[in-house]
Amino acid sequence: MFKHEWLETNIGLLTILTMLAISIGGLVEIAPLFFIKNTVEKVDGVRPYTPLELRGRDIYQREGCYLCHSQMIRPFRDEALRYGHYSLAAESQYDHPFQWGSKRTGPDLARVGKKYSNEWMVAHLVSPRSLVPESVMPNFPWLLTTQLDYSDIEDRMRALRIAGVPYSLTKAEYDANVKKFGKQTADMLDINKARQNLIKQAEDNDYDGDPSNISEMDALVAYLQVLGTMVDFSKYDDDEFVKYR
Amino acid sequence: MSASKQQAHVPQTTGHVWDGDLQEYNNPLPNWWLMAFYASVVFAVIYWFMYPAWPIAGTFTTGFKTITYVNNKGVEKTVHWNTRALLLQETNEAVKAQKPYFDKLSSMSFEQIAKDPEMNSFVLSAGKELFSDNCAPCHQQGGAGKVGFAPNLTDDDWLYGGHFSEINHTITYGRHGYMPPFAGVLTDQQMTELADYILSFEKYPVNPASAEAGNQLFHSETAACYYCHGADAKGRKVIGSANLTDSIWLWANVPAAKTIADKEAAIKTVITGGLNRGVMPTWQGRLSTDQIKLLTVYVHDLGGGQ
Ligand code: HEC
Ligand code: HEC
Ligand code: HEC
Repeated sequence: MFKHEWLETNIGLLTILTMLAISIGGLVEIAPLFFIKNTVEKVDGVRPYTPLELRGRDIYQREGCYLCHSQMIRPFRDEALRYGHYSLAAESQYDHPFQWGSKRTGPDLARVGKKYSNEWMVAHLVSPRSLVPESVMPNFPWLLTTQLDYSDIEDRMRALRIAGVPYSLTKAEYDANVKKFGKQTADMLDINKARQNLIKQAEDNDYDGDPSNISEMDALVAYLQVLGTMVDFSKYDDDEFVKYR
Repeated sequence: MSASKQQAHVPQTTGHVWDGDLQEYNNPLPNWWLMAFYASVVFAVIYWFMYPAWPIAGTFTTGFKTITYVNNKGVEKTVHWNTRALLLQETNEAVKAQKPYFDKLSSMSFEQIAKDPEMNSFVLSAGKELFSDNCAPCHQQGGAGKVGFAPNLTDDDWLYGGHFSEINHTITYGRHGYMPPFAGVLTDQQMTELADYILSFEKYPVNPASAEAGNQLFHSETAACYYCHGADAKGRKVIGSANLTDSIWLWANVPAAKTIADKEAAIKTVITGGLNRGVMPTWQGRLSTDQIKLLTVYVHDLGGGQ
């Protein structure tokens, strides 16, 4: 007869079987999510990041903003009151990796886009305590003085394309994007035009208030200002997304 | 463990002996622990039947428990239990609890709300929270503003007007003040004259001849300041051009500058570079009409409402 003692005294077997048990749990709970049709809500407006926003997201990761900020508004009343509509899975479908985070030293940023002006974002990142005296957020002054490196922007987009983000390389992919997102957005997602698109967006919007150069601040603010703004929730009934759960 | 219990069960050992006399007890798990373990297994099985749990093929088991809510169209719906429906249900309940206040809020005029003591305390408590979450990062706690960034909302000086309707419009649609740069259009001498003219309103001891020249220039077609700031230099509320005759400054930090030359320089910086930094975001969409109404009364009550 099977005796537990036999397992407990065979350390190699114990390790293998423990790992097996855990993987089954994970596989059963997680893997099917990729196949459940309702996981990602059907909603208009969500698009991959533009080249400039993408570099901004990279800087967000590099600086460890996610260690203090979540990007996941849970469907709770207090969160809805403070941050707005709960986050949809669809809204992070092009994020690899997603920035949901798990720690809120600072507020959630999932819908911070357009909440403040570019001026505020820049001043706050350079010196948070100049605007919010009780803040414990660190100063990030170098973002304003560091030139943005976009020499490898095409490679970054190509890597995400392999992960399934619809950045286009070929004419056929571009045409598919035009169909899906419209021409304007499709142009932005074209890897062949990445560099000129990045420069143009930074120059047109001048996020950091200094038109003479493209700084890391330009990219980060471009990214922050688009967070949570892609879906127009006024187009949907307030229970539209209940059916996906 | 009591002495009698200890005697009742003879301790078993695992059978190993280390260092000649070191043995390891092989005690059975305590009963309370085992019971708790079995109970949680039973709980898990019940849970699977009650709540969304197991993925199967392209869908999942939804559970027997249901939840009923009313959506924004007033349609009552019953669906399998899930957190998104629960949020709607809880929101309905909270709205019901606050309904008397919000009904009053939407039916009353701004003036009535400001005069009604009960509504006023509601506005004060709810408004304070909304203000610190959304407005304080720019206008600062208490609304005193920040020179060079966002205006003071507690004084009676208003760029866009301090009446309820004007404040409400400001919050709903946002504002963006614009003044063109005059670098290259005006000479340094001319800008000094304009600065002196503006400083003369506050009775600073500036050169009177220079201030008079500035007065001419202000109302001339060369500089055309009067076009936006008005012939009396008191500003025009529709475009939010500042009142230049009072002692309240948002962009040119005149009060902080010590000497007359520094005060002139502060004003000249604004004239040279123009202004495009005054961005008050739009709150329509992020905040509800009722929340904006509440904030309007709150801001009006901060001190400077007209
Ligand atoms: C040590 C933790 C910490 C880190 C790291 C941090 N923040 Fe913050 N952040 C805060 C805190 C606390 C606040 C709230 C006080 C304030 O507004 O400064 C905040 C506020 C903010 C806000 C305003 C949110 C709102 O709705 O008012 C933004 C935007 C923001 N942070 C962006 C960033 C970015 C971008 C980074 C990375 C470059 C970053 N933060 C890194 C702690 C942090
Ligand atoms: C990103 C910073 C920012 C935030 C956040 C912000 N404001 Fe403002 N607000 C400004 C600026 C800048 C101005 C001045 C606009 C200008 O100069 O043209 C202003 C102007 C105003 C005015 C008009 C003042 C006048 O003198 O006419 C009111 C009223 C006001 N804000 C209320 C609010 C309220 C209420 C909130 C919160 C819901 C808020 N603001 C959030 C920056 C901000
Ligand atoms: C196109 C309209 C326009 C013209 C022309 C114009 N201004 Fe302004 N000015 C504004 C606006 C709008 C503001 C407020 C901007 C804001 O708050 O965002 C302002 C602000 C100012 C301020 C800053 C006030 C403060 O509180 O710090 C000064 C000083 C000023 N103007 C002087 C002048 C002078 C002098 C001229 C003529 C050379 C002039 N302006 C021409 C629109 C104009």
